[in-house]
Amino acid sequence: MPTISKLLVANRGEIAARVMRTARETGMATVAVFSDPDADAPFVREADEAVRLPGASPTDTYLRADLIVRAAQATGADAVHPGYGFLSENAAFARACADAGLVFVGPPAEAIEAMGSKLRAKALMAEAGVPILPGETVHPDDGHEALAAAAERIGFPVLVKAAYGGGGRGMRIVADADELAEAVRGARGEAASAFGDGTVFLERYLEAPRHVEVQVFGDSGGGVVHLFERECSIQRRHQKIIEESPSPAVDDAQREDMGAAAVAAAKAIGYVGAGTVEFLLDDGRFYFLEVNTRLQVEHPVTELVTGLDLVRLQLLVAEGHPLPDEVGEATQRGHAIEARLYAEDPLAGFLPTSGLLHRFRIPETPDVRVDAGVADGSVVGTHYDAMLAKVIARAPARDEACRRLADALARAEIHGVTTNRDLLVAILREDEFRAGRTDTAYLARHDPARLGAPSCDPLTLRLHAAAVALAGQGERRAAAPVLRTAPSGWRNNPSDLQRDAYLAKETQIEVGYRLYGGRTVVEVDGEPLPGVQILDAAADAVHLEVDGVRRRVGVHRAGGAVYVDSPLGSSVLTEVERFPDPEAARAVGSLHAPMPGTVVAVLIEPGDRVSAGQGLVVLEAMKMQHTVHAPDDGVVTEVRVSAGDQVDADAVLAVVGEDEKP
Amino acid sequence: MRACTVRSKLVSNLAEHVDGDKVLLAFALARSPEGGTLPVLRTQADTASEAYRENREALLTVLAAHEDQLGLARAGGGQRYAERHRQRGRMLARERIELLLDRDAPFLELSPLAAWGTEFTVGAAIVTGIGVVSGVECVIIANDPTVRGGSMNPHTLRKQLRALEIARINRLPLIWLVESGGADLPTQSDLFVPAGRTFHDLTALSAAGIPTIALVFGNSTAGGAYVPGMCDYSVMVDQGAKVFLGGPPLVKMATGEESDDEELGGAEMHSRVSGLSDYFAVDERDCIRLGRQIVRDLSWRKLGPGPSEPADEPLYDPDDLLGIVPADPKTPFDPREVVARVVDGSRFDEYKTLYGTSLVTGWASVHGYPVGILANARGVLFGEEAKKAAEFILLANQTDIPLIFLQNTTGYMVGAQYEQNGIIKDGAKMINAVTNSTVPHITVNIGASYGAGNYGMCGRMYEPRLLFAWPNSKLAVMGPQQLAGVLSIVARQAAQASGKPFDEEADAERRQGVEDQIERESHSFFVTSKLYDDGIIDPRDTRTALGIALSAAHSNEVRGRRGFGVFRM
Repeated sequence: MPTISKLLVANRGEIAARVMRTARETGMATVAVFSDPDADAPFVREADEAVRLPGASPTDTYLRADLIVRAAQATGADAVHPGYGFLSENAAFARACADAGLVFVGPPAEAIEAMGSKLRAKALMAEAGVPILPGETVHPDDGHEALAAAAERIGFPVLVKAAYGGGGRGMRIVADADELAEAVRGARGEAASAFGDGTVFLERYLEAPRHVEVQVFGDSGGGVVHLFERECSIQRRHQKIIEESPSPAVDDAQREDMGAAAVAAAKAIGYVGAGTVEFLLDDGRFYFLEVNTRLQVEHPVTELVTGLDLVRLQLLVAEGHPLPDEVGEATQRGHAIEARLYAEDPLAGFLPTSGLLHRFRIPETPDVRVDAGVADGSVVGTHYDAMLAKVIARAPARDEACRRLADALARAEIHGVTTNRDLLVAILREDEFRAGRTDTAYLARHDPARLGAPSCDPLTLRLHAAAVALAGQGERRAAAPVLRTAPSGWRNNPSDLQRDAYLAKETQIEVGYRLYGGRTVVEVDGEPLPGVQILDAAADAVHLEVDGVRRRVGVHRAGGAVYVDSPLGSSVLTEVERFPDPEAARAVGSLHAPMPGTVVAVLIEPGDRVSAGQGLVVLEAMKMQHTVHAPDDGVVTEVRVSAGDQVDADAVLAVVGEDEKP
Repeated sequence: MRACTVRSKLVSNLAEHVDGDKVLLAFALARSPEGGTLPVLRTQADTASEAYRENREALLTVLAAHEDQLGLARAGGGQRYAERHRQRGRMLARERIELLLDRDAPFLELSPLAAWGTEFTVGAAIVTGIGVVSGVECVIIANDPTVRGGSMNPHTLRKQLRALEIARINRLPLIWLVESGGADLPTQSDLFVPAGRTFHDLTALSAAGIPTIALVFGNSTAGGAYVPGMCDYSVMVDQGAKVFLGGPPLVKMATGEESDDEELGGAEMHSRVSGLSDYFAVDERDCIRLGRQIVRDLSWRKLGPGPSEPADEPLYDPDDLLGIVPADPKTPFDPREVVARVVDGSRFDEYKTLYGTSLVTGWASVHGYPVGILANARGVLFGEEAKKAAEFILLANQTDIPLIFLQNTTGYMVGAQYEQNGIIKDGAKMINAVTNSTVPHITVNIGASYGAGNYGMCGRMYEPRLLFAWPNSKLAVMGPQQLAGVLSIVARQAAQASGKPFDEEADAERRQGVEDQIERESHSFFVTSKLYDDGIIDPRDTRTALGIALSAAHSNEVRGRRGFGVFRM
């Protein structure tokens, strides 16, 4: 039996950190691999050793089987855990590990291969008696007619799917024959670039099924058990964002049926290790969707209801041990629910966002687990999947678990990068969701742009702007070089309040306040906050009472913005400059003469493309020549002087406009 | 024990010093860091009494009248002129000041009621004060262009000269926000000669190493042109500043030359050509930004020490002062009740408690600055009080501790017994000590300032660094009844001497007239209008005003006069 003493995790982000946590607890040393953008990521710091994979794109780094095997050899690792995504379902990689004498923590290459093609998988499952959806293979040379005929056989709407795909890529829903050819071409292109194989197939499209999957585990002794279901119906663009166990739609009888089907499916392919059999549940019937031959993103949901550590089980099985008894005896205790926190903007069509995470704090409790790939100061780039963290809550019952999760997310301080947090909280608190009426069309019924819009309580922004002003005041008073103990903003003949202005997106908010002499006034946009009392106003937090309600408002200034968190929600404000730089008001791109003189040479013409630092105009004054340079890359839009001209200091010589991107 | 408003748990013990049947002083004892005890004043104020309520009402009435007058000062030239000024894209004088000041730092406006009761606008078309700019306490002067174009009348001049004096004696950088149409010509005979002192004082400040900064927003012509001319730094606002000796009509008359405002004195010309402007401001906001930048770049260091004592709030609510000060100015009150609501933690170490008890002296701190306090307790200064004061002032000079004078005096005692005991010599000792003391003095008239008591208790001519008055306070050579009575007696004696009949009816009428006149002229608004103080303060603001004054005074060196030992008198 192989013994794993050092484990290399061929992945990044939260899953790399999560796998290493168990590895350490199990007594294994850990090795991380990292791309250049991940050089400072938390998972790299947490690893005992780390090996750089030069470059940024996945194909240069986390998809480079050869480099990863070499990293394992260089560090003396004896096993490789692939995590999810990247090389986790790559049979060639599993083989490469085996060839290099490394234990691959995952199923046998054959099982991966068998399930790698969704087409083959469906055929295998049908043989094993697992219910499947009607479908048809698409051949690369199928014309419009052939496609339409195949679709007719299945019945519209049909789904175009990549045979080797996942995560919603290479997938198209087609309502009628006219769109079919275009959808197939698009899906094929996407599949080819994402999975290296453009094969697609057609399948009956269910309008609003539930996505229910069963966790299975097999050991090398041929034993296969299931660890119950997870429902992952809440999806955006075919990607799960909320997952839970048990499913509110599955009763004990169905659970038994689905579990048996999943075990049969796993056995059919000789499965070893952790895997997931995905089903669509529609109208009380379930259909095989696919098998994921890896640890799922949402595995913590199963861990929290069963009390098992799935990564530990993976490592045990990889070492050749049989599944321990507690696996067979596992039961579902209570309810667990997970939300995926993404760096994306639900109000802008889920466009990925990026930037510096000035602060990333999610309150963890014994019943709220946070699997995060980022920390304060992390840079969120666009090279990889935009998931920042998973937050998982557990409770005896579903509604309570939802409440705990929503609360943890609402209390989180996430500063610097736009996320889907508000959307997640809104879903968890939405009636239909809370009633368990979940299916994959949930977000089609509930417009994420509306559902995920931040709280529109008019008090929130007023209170937050006031708190930011008061915190700034507190900070300035505490740092005052003179008269620090004098009452804040004291006047013996007051003509005005202290005033600040902020921008919340495009809205300008003006705050005025007077704090001395027991006559506290705080007004926002000219309207006083009723019954306002300031209990404490420090740089990072303000305790204030408005209309009889006392609240703590956290204030965090970073990177030119102010991040505000309170029981009413979160806001991002920017302070309106009290003294705007007059230079900024000058015509953008105007080049001024540094001193009076004669133009000796003009080196450019209108329309010329220039780069930063390039000499544009040469002036002579007092026998000295001065060259005026381009401040930025751009295109010359105007030249106002010619050789021989006399110019005054500060005269505009030329204007360089922004380069229009082709 | 009567009701009191103790706000701290520091008070743990009570020890009373009893002189006969009268409580002279009451201490509560607080723990000192060394484990000993620090004396803390214990109030005797009865906030539930009828007198307290009446006193409070009376003082609130005069405070409301004061607030009305402040409102007039803030209004300047009035709504119409303010609107017109704003429509030209310009800021009002107080708006400029607010923007110039460090956010949330305090600002003490000086003499806002200058020119009260005269034909000129309350405030005298100028705003002056002490404020913090880029972390530096500065004297700020701002012309109010909404009042007759910001032109200077004799009151304006007095106010700006006092501001320059405050800058000089306290070593505070000066920032002048200039926009003035020049002299108010109808009053030229009262103005022209003394106004020259402005430029003298500006350059004298510079010579003393005190920076002077002119921020020119608008007109600054003829004599006014010398304000930026005499300042160390000047900033001019594009299309706003107009700085020249003679405008286009005058130039045309003098030399026949055709010219316009911009070429004679625009910001651009002065920034590029004459060099009178050191910084070219694109607009008013930019001008204020540059002013703040100039102050920041001074790297200013105060010469006096910073606050060194705990600056905890007094144990008692300053609001009580309104009920403590008697509505009838003839009723004396214990100044310890005032001290207890002004000094840090109400801690007061009294000096010579049992000697010369009509004057209270002792050590305390205000906003962390150690001070010696002299406060009249029962109006009259006897020989003992005068000698006690002189000794106390000498002691403060030995240890470089600033002095605070709380005036409530009817003057030095008269009468054969006192004259024979040398009250003149004793009073002279006190006036000598006050005059020649070199530690900072700050004076507050909390009740009355009559007779030579005004001099001994560091009145206006004894150069306190700053001098404030409570709105209830009176100031005159003597009380109205006394003065009218004295005049009446003198008239009666003259009539008797010349054997003429004395007209009792005419005398009564004359007495009433004199009484009314003195009553009017001793009113705090009248006194402050004449710049005999630096402004009326709400009694509740006394601690803050003293804190600002002390901090400002510590911009300069704080050093007492030495030479002889301390005379035991």
